[in-house]
Amino acid sequence: MLDAKYKKINEKLKKTSIGIAGLGGLGSNVAISLARAGIGRLVLVDFDIVEKTNLNRQYYFLDQVGKKKTLSTKENIRRVNPTIDIQTFDEKLIKGQMEKRFTDVDIVIEALDNAVTKTNLIEEILTKLPNKKIISASGVSGYGNSDRIKTSKLGNLFLCHDEEALSSEKDVLTAPKVALIANWQANIALELILGDKL
Amino acid sequence: MSIIVNGQKKKWLKNETIKELLKRMHYSFPLVVVKINDKLVHRKEFSEFKIPDKSEIKVIHMISGG
Repeated sequence: MLDAKYKKINEKLKKTSIGIAGLGGLGSNVAISLARAGIGRLVLVDFDIVEKTNLNRQYYFLDQVGKKKTLSTKENIRRVNPTIDIQTFDEKLIKGQMEKRFTDVDIVIEALDNAVTKTNLIEEILTKLPNKKIISASGVSGYGNSDRIKTSKLGNLFLCHDEEALSSEKDVLTAPKVALIANWQANIALELILGDKL
Repeated sequence: MSIIVNGQKKKWLKNETIKELLKRMHYSFPLVVVKINDKLVHRKEFSEFKIPDKSEIKVIHMISGG
């Protein structure tokens, strides 16, 4: 009985493609979680390299310091599941064409760190790709207060947010809170793909 | 003659723009996503977009960090 349920879930997830914008604390954790869940295709966009200071919350390892985040995430996913179709883009998202790499994915995960870039990506996805669902996150800093995290549905925008959190420039970033929100995003993605009933 | 802003009932003011409403609500965060009756409004339209009576408005601000 349970085997049949797994089979049904796996088939659906395998057919799904998800784009992840940014591979920092949110994106690196979202990517691994979705890979473990069995998403068939991932499109990863980030321009940055792994730094030692990232390791307190981002899904990277000491031996990856200095390497591209796209490459490192791909490497980590491969260690979990070598069959996922992964496309990487080592580049910055440019205002005016932020949706470019996400035109053919089913769902976009906004995992950027700057509030301006976050807002720009949301606006461009919602206006240029009106049928695309985007899952965004806001308020990842701090620790504790897990119960403050909420999901707001605004049409095709699904926003998980802790409105009382401070901006990252004014507060600490910790693994539990960042990974919690990242997995919150991944969990919404699964909900959107699989629906309530199976 | 009222609007709903983030779940709260507020008085509708004729010709009030989004920019003015954000000020009235003391939403001082510079980066917000605003949806009026489930439609996203671009930030560049905030100072012109007049809020219709009985609108349902959702304002969510984006905080840096990720």
